[in-house]
Amino acid sequence: MSHATTSQATEPAARPGPEVDRRPLARRRRNRILLQAACILITLFMALPIYLIALAAMSSRQSLQKFPLSFIPDNFSTETMQTFLQSTGILGGLINSVQVGVFTLVLSLIVGVPAGYAVARFAFRGRDPYQLFLLFTRALPIVVLSVPLAQLFLQTGLYDSVLAVVLLHTALALPTTILITASVFLGVPRDVEEAARIFGCSPLQAFLKVVMPMAVPGIAAASIFTFVMSWNEVLGASILTLNQRTLPAQVLSSLAESPLAYRFAGGFLLVLPALVFIFFMRRYLTNMWGSTIR
Amino acid sequence: MAAPDAPAAARPQLPPARPKGRPPRRSGNSAALLLIAPSIVFMTLLFGWPMVSGILQAFGGPEGLTTANFSRMVQDPYFWSSVGNTLLLIVVMIPIQFVLALAMALLIRAKPRGSSAYFYIWAIPLAVSDLAAGLVWLTVFTDRGYLNSLLASFGLDPVSWLAYDNYPSMFGAVLIAEVWRATSLVFVIVVAGLQSIPKDYEEAAGVFGANFWSRLWHVTLPLLRPSLQTALILRTILAFQTFAVALALTGQNFPLVVGETYRWYTGLQDPNVASALALVVMAVSMVTAVGYLKLLRDQSEAPR
Amino acid sequence: MADISIKGLHKTYPGSTELATNNVSLDVAEGEFMVLLGPSGCGKTTLLRMVAGLDFPDEGSISIGGRDVTYLPPQDRNLSMVFQSYAVFPHRMVRTNIAFGLMMKKVPREEIERKVRWAADLLQLSPYLDRYPAQLSGGQRQRVAVARAIVMDADVLLMDEPLSNLDALLRLDFRAELKKIVQQLGSTTLYVTHDQVEAMSLSDRVAVMKKGQIAQLGSPLTVYEEPADRFVGGFIGSPPMNFLDGRITQQGALEVAGQNTEAPEFLARAAARTGGSPVMVGIRAENIAIAERGTEGSLDAVVEVVEPLGHATLLTVDLGGQTVKVQVPSTVRVSSGDKVGLRFDPAALRFFDTETQLGLTA
Repeated sequence: MSHATTSQATEPAARPGPEVDRRPLARRRRNRILLQAACILITLFMALPIYLIALAAMSSRQSLQKFPLSFIPDNFSTETMQTFLQSTGILGGLINSVQVGVFTLVLSLIVGVPAGYAVARFAFRGRDPYQLFLLFTRALPIVVLSVPLAQLFLQTGLYDSVLAVVLLHTALALPTTILITASVFLGVPRDVEEAARIFGCSPLQAFLKVVMPMAVPGIAAASIFTFVMSWNEVLGASILTLNQRTLPAQVLSSLAESPLAYRFAGGFLLVLPALVFIFFMRRYLTNMWGSTIR
Repeated sequence: MAAPDAPAAARPQLPPARPKGRPPRRSGNSAALLLIAPSIVFMTLLFGWPMVSGILQAFGGPEGLTTANFSRMVQDPYFWSSVGNTLLLIVVMIPIQFVLALAMALLIRAKPRGSSAYFYIWAIPLAVSDLAAGLVWLTVFTDRGYLNSLLASFGLDPVSWLAYDNYPSMFGAVLIAEVWRATSLVFVIVVAGLQSIPKDYEEAAGVFGANFWSRLWHVTLPLLRPSLQTALILRTILAFQTFAVALALTGQNFPLVVGETYRWYTGLQDPNVASALALVVMAVSMVTAVGYLKLLRDQSEAPR
Repeated sequence: MADISIKGLHKTYPGSTELATNNVSLDVAEGEFMVLLGPSGCGKTTLLRMVAGLDFPDEGSISIGGRDVTYLPPQDRNLSMVFQSYAVFPHRMVRTNIAFGLMMKKVPREEIERKVRWAADLLQLSPYLDRYPAQLSGGQRQRVAVARAIVMDADVLLMDEPLSNLDALLRLDFRAELKKIVQQLGSTTLYVTHDQVEAMSLSDRVAVMKKGQIAQLGSPLTVYEEPADRFVGGFIGSPPMNFLDGRITQQGALEVAGQNTEAPEFLARAAARTGGSPVMVGIRAENIAIAERGTEGSLDAVVEVVEPLGHATLLTVDLGGQTVKVQVPSTVRVSSGDKVGLRFDPAALRFFDTETQLGLTA
């Protein structure tokens, strides 16, 4: 009685094979090192400026006067930031910016989510022209809207208000919101929604109880995106306001007559949210830019 | 596509792979219209109305329609230099950004250790405004800034990088700040594009003897074309809108077209000329976008 | 053309603790058609990818035509390959798809044209040379993938489940065509599939893989008729081989389901020494016949399910609590509930160790 052949037993009659050539391995290891080096180089280019403005904003006014400047945080101070935050219009601008961002986000969701759902789920007549229209509006420069809107708002009494900026920012964010939410809803299988209908939900219930929970992460990413857009928008906000400035508009308008320390502090405060936003959005970035924004 | 002259053994069975993403159709005109109506009303009010009134404004004057605003615009000493600066910036910046973004995306795809951290850091500028980018690089390029500090620590004389009479270095500073800020957008689009290309194509190219550069040229880049096209159009249109980075870095020394609009509106308080300038920006953006589309489409349809 | 020699390949994918291939050695002779067969996750594709240079082993070596290629990138191996997804370049026309490898090798233009025409003729693609893949059917795209591979005059032709994306009818057609083409080329071929029928019909030899190891290597018929272990017997054949718990009694009889039949001599001799031992009996459905109940040498059983297949009828019968598949000619009339006798073809009985599940042979 003997066991049948297994892989060991089928090993070929010893024929001396050629030496294993390890040079490609060494080449690959060298390439990995070069790859890592290139990554570090690019990271330095991307991160160093942010480090430097943080360093500048966290230095005392005095140490910013020195030359050469120190590259290491050896005299940490909140003086520069404090002075900046206490300057005229900054705290108000900060509050305005947050308000504008939040209201823009809410308004664009209220208007945009139903439209995105319609684009994703219904084959209505005019759907393609509608999408084309959205793409077209995305390509419109902000400046084209801002100047005439300022005139219109002056006539209607909306000029120099948070609402004015909210309306402009919503108009800018809306096409993107609709296109992103449409792609998010496309990712929710129809079966799930239809199952909910079969088991007794009304269309609205099916949407709220089944579709929305599945769409929330994507829509949250779209919302952050809207907020970021609003937070960063300078030109329109500058043109539409005089006293109710958003933070970037305030910084821009006082740029010429402000000291360097003020500008560094302002720049740092404007950059800071980017670090947080991108951190939360980093998993969604490629989805958002890959499939929808065409 | 069932070719009528298909050989017997190759009975066409599978439908050709359709581009993904067409939703299952369901008629529902009234419901859909109800859902999109708010957005249409909103956009008409905030896009249509201002567009029309903007055009009227640009051609408007004290006594009816006129082109006076455009002649004032053209006669302004800053106008042609702002046009020149804007075009020069775009022409130099876009190729740099695309090469850099492509390299970055390929690096990320090679999955180096720590690639997710790299991706995060490289994407941060995506959420940085051009004003903030200008201020960030101001810390580097200002006379008593970090770059001159570095030079000083090597015993070199400081340079007035942003001085009015030092155009190349001023342009360089604006260019670097914009490359820093806006390459992320192209990078993220290209990463997304690369992710959507099945690995098989490159593996097949490798098996059939293509080295890295041949694979890049013959396989990856052609397959990336849609993404690159999107990025190119988006990036160019956005590049026309750049202005605050130059304001933050150089004040009025490096005028850009949109910055001029801002100056005409807020500084010179002339909304009509500002509107005229805005129309120019829009026209140029549109022409560029259409031009790209035409150019890229023609190329992809050309017989090889 | 060249032979392939694989020695002691170990491979673990990063992030996994399981060995994708565990000490695999395999020699493919020049001009041989070798099929790697196994269920998904058995390591067959990993093995193919390592031969292609798309993955690299942790240990072991691969040489092609006497040249070590273990760590060589794919482009330096002089291979060609048909991918499961076809990987026909969507941005190139059929003509330039087929010519791709030759262009990479910088073959002269006229030579490329000649070869493309030859391959297109062979695969009936001539009318489609100036089309893009999106304008072709799945089957035609598959032909482009094969044409691209055969123009290469490569040392080794690799195929990764090339037929699995075709529907059943087309697969049958193309299988025969593929066999004809490869025979005509005479190239050394390594072919991965999970479809045992494909493996049987195409190969000179089959390597059946399981959990990163080669469970059996042999000609298709050997693998079918003499499975090395229970796994191979259960994987190859449709329906799979029946496995029954049995015993060799001290008297030298085979006892299955409480009934005795004759046992082969080598087992009887061993059992006489040890005083009887449990054994696993393997028999294929087509090697069991239906007989009258109580006929000499038959085992009593009850028919549970009758499945007419057209060319034959498949019965599921209960043999003393064990389920057995029996394939009988479609002329045999039985219905469920019938009490029948089963007669095993003694020459087709296979025996396996109950512990190791390895085959027992004389």
